[in-house]
Amino acid sequence: MNDIAPKTADLHLSRRGFLAGSAAAAGALVIGFDGSGALAKADAAQSDATLTVNPFVSISPDGIVTVVIKHFEMGQGTTTGLATLVAEELDADWEQVEAVYAPADDTKYANLLLGAQGTGGSTAIANSYEQYRKAGAAARALIVEAAAKSWRVDAAEISIEKGVLSAGTRSGTFDAFVPLALGLTPPEEPRLKDPSEFRLTGDPTLRRKDGRAKTDGSALFALDIRRENMVRAVIARPPKVGATLSSLDDGEAKAVRGVLAVIETPRGVAVVAESTWAAIKGRDALSIEWDETDAETRSTEAIIAEHKAALDAPGVAARNDGDADAALADAARTVEAEFVFPYLAHAPMEPLNCVIAYDGQSAQVWDGCQFPALAKPTIAAILGLEPEKVSIETVLAGGSFGRRATPTSDYHAEAAMVVKALSETELKGRPVQLVWTREDDLTGRYYRPLYVQRVTAGIDAEGAPLAYRHKLAGQSILIGTFFEEMLVKDGIDSTSVEGANDLPYAIPNMRVDVRNMRSEAPVLWWRAVGHTHTAYSTELMLDMMAEAAGADPVDYRMKLLGDHPRHAGVLKLAAEKAGWGEPVGPGRGRGVALHKSFNSYVALVAEVTATEGVVKIDRVVCAVDCGRVINPDIVVAQMEGGIGYGIGAAMRNEITLTDGEVDQRNFPDYEPLRITDMPKIEVHIVASDEAPTGVGEPGTPPAAPALANAIFAATGQRIFELPMTKAGVSFA
Amino acid sequence: MAFQLSINGETRSVDADDDTPLLWAIRDNLNLTGTKFGCGVAACGACTVLIDGVPTRSCVTTIDSVEGEVTTIEAVSGPVADAVQTAWRDLDVAQCGYCQSGQIIQAIGLLTETPKPTDDDIDAAMAGNVCRCATYMRIRAAIHAAAASLEA
Repeated sequence: MNDIAPKTADLHLSRRGFLAGSAAAAGALVIGFDGSGALAKADAAQSDATLTVNPFVSISPDGIVTVVIKHFEMGQGTTTGLATLVAEELDADWEQVEAVYAPADDTKYANLLLGAQGTGGSTAIANSYEQYRKAGAAARALIVEAAAKSWRVDAAEISIEKGVLSAGTRSGTFDAFVPLALGLTPPEEPRLKDPSEFRLTGDPTLRRKDGRAKTDGSALFALDIRRENMVRAVIARPPKVGATLSSLDDGEAKAVRGVLAVIETPRGVAVVAESTWAAIKGRDALSIEWDETDAETRSTEAIIAEHKAALDAPGVAARNDGDADAALADAARTVEAEFVFPYLAHAPMEPLNCVIAYDGQSAQVWDGCQFPALAKPTIAAILGLEPEKVSIETVLAGGSFGRRATPTSDYHAEAAMVVKALSETELKGRPVQLVWTREDDLTGRYYRPLYVQRVTAGIDAEGAPLAYRHKLAGQSILIGTFFEEMLVKDGIDSTSVEGANDLPYAIPNMRVDVRNMRSEAPVLWWRAVGHTHTAYSTELMLDMMAEAAGADPVDYRMKLLGDHPRHAGVLKLAAEKAGWGEPVGPGRGRGVALHKSFNSYVALVAEVTATEGVVKIDRVVCAVDCGRVINPDIVVAQMEGGIGYGIGAAMRNEITLTDGEVDQRNFPDYEPLRITDMPKIEVHIVASDEAPTGVGEPGTPPAAPALANAIFAATGQRIFELPMTKAGVSFA
Repeated sequence: MAFQLSINGETRSVDADDDTPLLWAIRDNLNLTGTKFGCGVAACGACTVLIDGVPTRSCVTTIDSVEGEVTTIEAVSGPVADAVQTAWRDLDVAQCGYCQSGQIIQAIGLLTETPKPTDDDIDAAMAGNVCRCATYMRIRAAIHAAAASLEA
């Protein structure tokens, strides 16, 4: 069998029509930053060692610009965005720019906001904006200097447009100046463009670099990696967290044609086979008994009841302005609601998987790797290797929504455990592709945590807010992980209370406190993390306060946003574009929600039609302020997708447990948003010169509360428990 | 046992058990990886291929039941396929892209049967194809754009 993925880093992400030839040719001019952040340059022809200056940009002898992308691509558009930043400053033609993914190397490719190599928190553009522009500008300076020497003109006389340099009557393309530029030193602080000079940044017609490969079947995901002699592995994991293997009969499994081995790992029983289907069949044929003595055996109802009871006990304050309890006692009116948010699975389209090839000395990994900084040492430790002996080739990820980044690198660890076990058998040396099925994905934990929250608000006789009391109970994502020391302060995991303790509305007395619930089952960030529940409770409460005050929901919010012009800006824009205040017609309703997350501001107005209790989501109008926009069409796409992800879950998704076992097994039990559910979404972007901020997650938090507020407007029903189907809402 | 599969204009021999889903024969035996595994129970459409031009879920189609010509994303061709793939690129439908092979195959099937689909036609034809990135608005728009380009 031939390897069909000989060079997965070169994803053929752009058309080669602009210039013939290969970007991999020797002699490429490579520019980047060394470990100290200083600009450095190396001649790629010299040796691989010189290339370890960590290039972000290279230009091949035939003029192809290769941008090394330090983040992984899960669909959010980072590949295109980072390539744009370089192409912009270099004045390259978009068609001559190619993108490849960086190797796992924290010292060179760290996320500057996270301090290690990884993608998350909608930070990719925010942390890379200056870095990638500088890398492109340095490349430009070198090419210009080389051209100036070649043409014997002043560098200031040279201009570049779409990859063509010109000065007076002379013109030339990058390839002509690469040889001369190899001997030049790039400037340490290259001049960056004034935004008024931008040509590619903000261009809505610029197409994605991965658009072609994703429409002809050539895009490579980790599940598509094929290596010579590769085996597949699936794992039978205990259905209850904390259960251990009691007895195993693998006779029937081993009789399945293609099954090569059945091995016990700390995570469960792995079936290793020549093909994925043989591995799945083999697993089905296993006879296993689990020892559930120490297993988590609670059902969802019991867990919710414990959370509700915890709300009556004191919590750890995450915000405490004035005296909320005293002010509530003085309020003319109070409104109160108790919210229940279920566990949610991420369910990315590509189930978790990765490939590890281990020869006893070093390991090569292929993965849609969200957090190389964690995966690399995890795999190394299991295999007994120094981390530098593990190299990770990052390939495309078929979605993540947070699932591919766990503090434990769970699926990488599983694959490494299988590889380690096989290394002591006759199967040693054979690359292993660990595959999760959809059932593994939905039952495999790492859910968005379940939360119960109680919010009580008090208003005065004129309807103005006096007090706001927000109690949360839920399992912290970070406590108990190695992130705890770094990110949990005084018992407050910021991901538990974000969006609640930074509520922008002017309310004189406010207290937000949290109770950290414990469980053996790990929980995880799910697209927008804590904001996924706090946006819902806060924005429903604001609507209820407006109702109690007899005020319009948009007007009421607007009056409380005096110190927050960007919040107010998106709210006003969304309301205008949605025709807020105009009649909607019988049976219809409009609802608003406003939420800031990942430093971006999003306001949504949802419109629904309710016919005899059946709700149809007609339209969602979105206004977003994410600072300077690199690619407007990708911002629009992320808002569309983020809103869809939020409403899909809110409508009908929940993970529930019966005696500790997950009830949902595959998509029919966890019915995803479908095209028939998708409303028309209109996205309006606020023009801004502020620094660019996140777009992958901020569309999600306001989606569910906007929908809930619209359903209230249409039907009079407030929905305090998600998913909405549980509250009796039916959707068309 | 060995099965003779007509796929992408060739006849290929696949040595597999007769209950092997066509999906795994395509992906693991023939190493055509454009056809994706999403659920294994025909609930997401990521595995969709054409069999004699009809979109079919390969994850629940056992290899011993396959009769006719199988076409995967790697080999779709002709005016309808060109129009669909071009529209998908022009509108940048794909985000993560994992489901899009199946979406495109399903859309080719729709436009072959119904050259000028309404929104309701599109919803009916595409409802079985899940996209967790929720690119549905663009899928709808791209199908309309492809239909318009075929009519022109």
